[in-house]
Amino acid sequence: MTELLSYVLPGVPYGCVYALMAAGLVLTYRASGVFNLAFGAQAYVSALLFSVVVQEGAGTWWAFVLSVVVAGPVMGLLLDGVVFRYTRGAPPLVRLVPALGLMIAIPSVAQMLAGTSTRVPASFVLRPNQVYFHLAGSAVSGEEIGTTLVAFASVAALAALLRSRRLGLRMRAVVESPRMAELHGVRSDAVGSLAWSISSLFAALAGVLLAPIYAQLNASNFTALLVAAIAAAAVGGLESLPLTLVGGIAIGVAQQVIGGYLPSGTILSSGLRPAFPFLVLAVLLVGRRSLRHDGRLDDPLAGCDPPMASLRPAPRMAEVALGAKAFTVALGAAVVAIAVAVVPGNWEFTFTQAAVLSIVMLSITLLTGLAGQISLGQAVFAGAGAFTAGQLAAHFGLPVLAGVLAGGLVAGMLGAIVALPTLSLGGISVGLLTLSFALLADNVLFLYSWSGNGATGLSVPRPKLGGLSFAGTGAFFGLSLVILGIVSGAVVLVRGGTVGRQLAAIRGSETGAASIGIDVARLRIVAFTLSAVIAGVGGALYASLEQSVSPNDFNYQFSLVYVVVVAAVGVYSVAGAIEAALAYTVLLQLVGSLPGRYSSLVALVFGLVALGYVRHPEGVVTYAQSWVLDRAEQLARFLQRDRASGAEAG
Amino acid sequence: MPLLELAGVSKSFGGIVALHEVTLAVAEGEPVGLVGPNGAGKTTLFDCIAGLLEPEAGSIRFGGRRVDGLPPFRRSRLGMARTFQRLELFSGMTPLEHLLVTERTRQGTGRLWKDLVGLGRPTRAERREADALLDLVGLADVADQPVEVLGLGRARLVELARALAAGPRLLMLDEPSSGLDDDEREALASAIERARRELGAAVLLVEHDLDLVAEVVSRLVVLDAGKVIADGGVSTVLADEGVRRAYLGAAR
Repeated sequence: MTELLSYVLPGVPYGCVYALMAAGLVLTYRASGVFNLAFGAQAYVSALLFSVVVQEGAGTWWAFVLSVVVAGPVMGLLLDGVVFRYTRGAPPLVRLVPALGLMIAIPSVAQMLAGTSTRVPASFVLRPNQVYFHLAGSAVSGEEIGTTLVAFASVAALAALLRSRRLGLRMRAVVESPRMAELHGVRSDAVGSLAWSISSLFAALAGVLLAPIYAQLNASNFTALLVAAIAAAAVGGLESLPLTLVGGIAIGVAQQVIGGYLPSGTILSSGLRPAFPFLVLAVLLVGRRSLRHDGRLDDPLAGCDPPMASLRPAPRMAEVALGAKAFTVALGAAVVAIAVAVVPGNWEFTFTQAAVLSIVMLSITLLTGLAGQISLGQAVFAGAGAFTAGQLAAHFGLPVLAGVLAGGLVAGMLGAIVALPTLSLGGISVGLLTLSFALLADNVLFLYSWSGNGATGLSVPRPKLGGLSFAGTGAFFGLSLVILGIVSGAVVLVRGGTVGRQLAAIRGSETGAASIGIDVARLRIVAFTLSAVIAGVGGALYASLEQSVSPNDFNYQFSLVYVVVVAAVGVYSVAGAIEAALAYTVLLQLVGSLPGRYSSLVALVFGLVALGYVRHPEGVVTYAQSWVLDRAEQLARFLQRDRASGAEAG
Repeated sequence: MPLLELAGVSKSFGGIVALHEVTLAVAEGEPVGLVGPNGAGKTTLFDCIAGLLEPEAGSIRFGGRRVDGLPPFRRSRLGMARTFQRLELFSGMTPLEHLLVTERTRQGTGRLWKDLVGLGRPTRAERREADALLDLVGLADVADQPVEVLGLGRARLVELARALAAGPRLLMLDEPSSGLDDDEREALASAIERARRELGAAVLLVEHDLDLVAEVVSRLVVLDAGKVIADGGVSTVLADEGVRRAYLGAAR
């Protein structure tokens, strides 16, 4: 009993921080229908600000005011005013992409400005490191007491606020229908802003209080915190604050207990503790009915809103369309030429990387662009392909090219398995489920010696085909272009065929698709499987290119970054995937020649571009093209008219 | 034997009773109008028949077969097609593509290997059929425009054409004329008429435009507060005192 208590008690402060984050998430979700995935990043920024200010010598109170009371709400207002206000009521993908963009862009700005930093414990009345009393044999420090008290007080205050007629009722009205609320004299935007600033205050508070789990402040710890908080919010059904508090504490305590009782030294015990919240979230998503829908509300006045931006460029005049093709080719050639001429580095290798990454990106084109499904775990499928090829080569001497195929198949099976629990879920929930799957793979699945072999990783040889060797980078480049060609061709064929049209139909409307007899569940599995096969082939090829890979090459961050990069550049076309891979690898190479702290610049660039997805879902390349083409068309019309009037005069 | 047969269908949301023991039969090829004040449960009834909602009690038979419990796509394959009051179009696709995917789906599920060897493309015959349908509903001029740029009226006609392309035995139309101008309304009425003649489809029409209803159907069912309060010939039902009170609010 004492032993159990000695594990339970230290879990409470962690749980309180989870609950604090979760309460903030619930608030924005309830007030604006948006699932704020940038929440962890906001907590991270406040925590970083706090520790930097304290380390600069300012007092703790000043640091607290600056990082929590000021920076928290300001960030919230900014995010609401610039991004999230415009995604209310939009389809899941439109709500998710900007949030993902922020999720990777915000930490990269913070990192560039401040670097990584050690955590400074925050407590004001109590001394953080002093042990105040012993309970069941374990020491209780000032920080633990402070964290628990602040969390309870804040959640109680929020619950009271939401009960109040003034704010609580208005918030519910605004989320139901912002326009209807406005007709009744509620300023929807003002209510939204208030909710966002309060919610962000909670994120900031959680970031600064952050229970002493993490010694280092880095962004990925805060993603883990975010997922734990989402799990806690899910316990409360994204609604009940008391249940959310209970959920947060239960998760925090369970993590400690698991850590205490599992035999130490195994992958399960070291991995399960951080992975526990992800498991909880996955189970809740599948099991709780209230979490299944998308949070998309039927605003009776939705018809007043302008229609969603069209994905399809308007038909062009023939000359202009031809010009557009020439323009694309010229632009690509120019980018390559400038890159090769101006910047140092191994370009042969970089372009090979781009070709291989294009294949992985195509998996997103198929799944998200064509079928409209969201996956935040594509890197896992790529990893599954890579490790399959590596293991087969190492243990059975299987040729790498056969391994690439086998990798695709294994990844495809994994894709089908992942698709099964998502069948009854809405878009955002599918995203969260695949994200928890990616985090599980990072923390447990890929660490075993039979899969990714932990930090050591695997070595994968370059392929041979009969007498033909692809050991040199040049030959490998040729090979990857051939495979990229095959995969692109397959995607184009599927898109033009029956299955492709049915996938496009479910992207447009699953209800509509079912109404004409399309089996949406089956097609979702098909989409996930095909996409995972493509990602697996790409991952295996990547492993062979790098010749040695470890789970770190396929961690969850890549899953997020890939989606953001493809969505920013163009998720609806094969060319978009290739351009995305090219832009990403070339930018990485360019940034590689800058000082180390700028390494996150790439994530920042794509994260910010992804914010444009709300207005221009076609992606930045297509947008730029149509901007230029619009002008060209105007010019062509003008010239034609000129000629016509000239002919009349003659 | 009736094509569609509902017996004692009930559905409630929380404490609100949306449908209370609705019993209704539609014969093969029969056009039936379903009217009632807003909130009477018309759309809920559609959703129960189509399978988007599961009723708590009662049975639904279609073509002599119990269909309650079947998912929507299976009911659609048995020959139900519908339009939606809140549009459920395939955004990003053109009207032509809507019809092509519907026709192909009606013929059976696509095979991936066929697509991969290029056999999945639309055939000439499918294209002709789609063009004919687009002509019928008056959408030929926007066949290749993405549906997002169409106005509400034409978007409703795309839904109608899509439902027709599914080759239904029962065509369920949920307020198809709302947002339509006179020409579009004309196209709608003639499309429903032709669907009935050529496909022999039964029609279940939810509609507030009583002129249109009278034009298309011969029998009227009135729903009020989840209950069927009248069922019979159009003129008889419209003359009924209870109906006038509930729906038209004319008699006091």
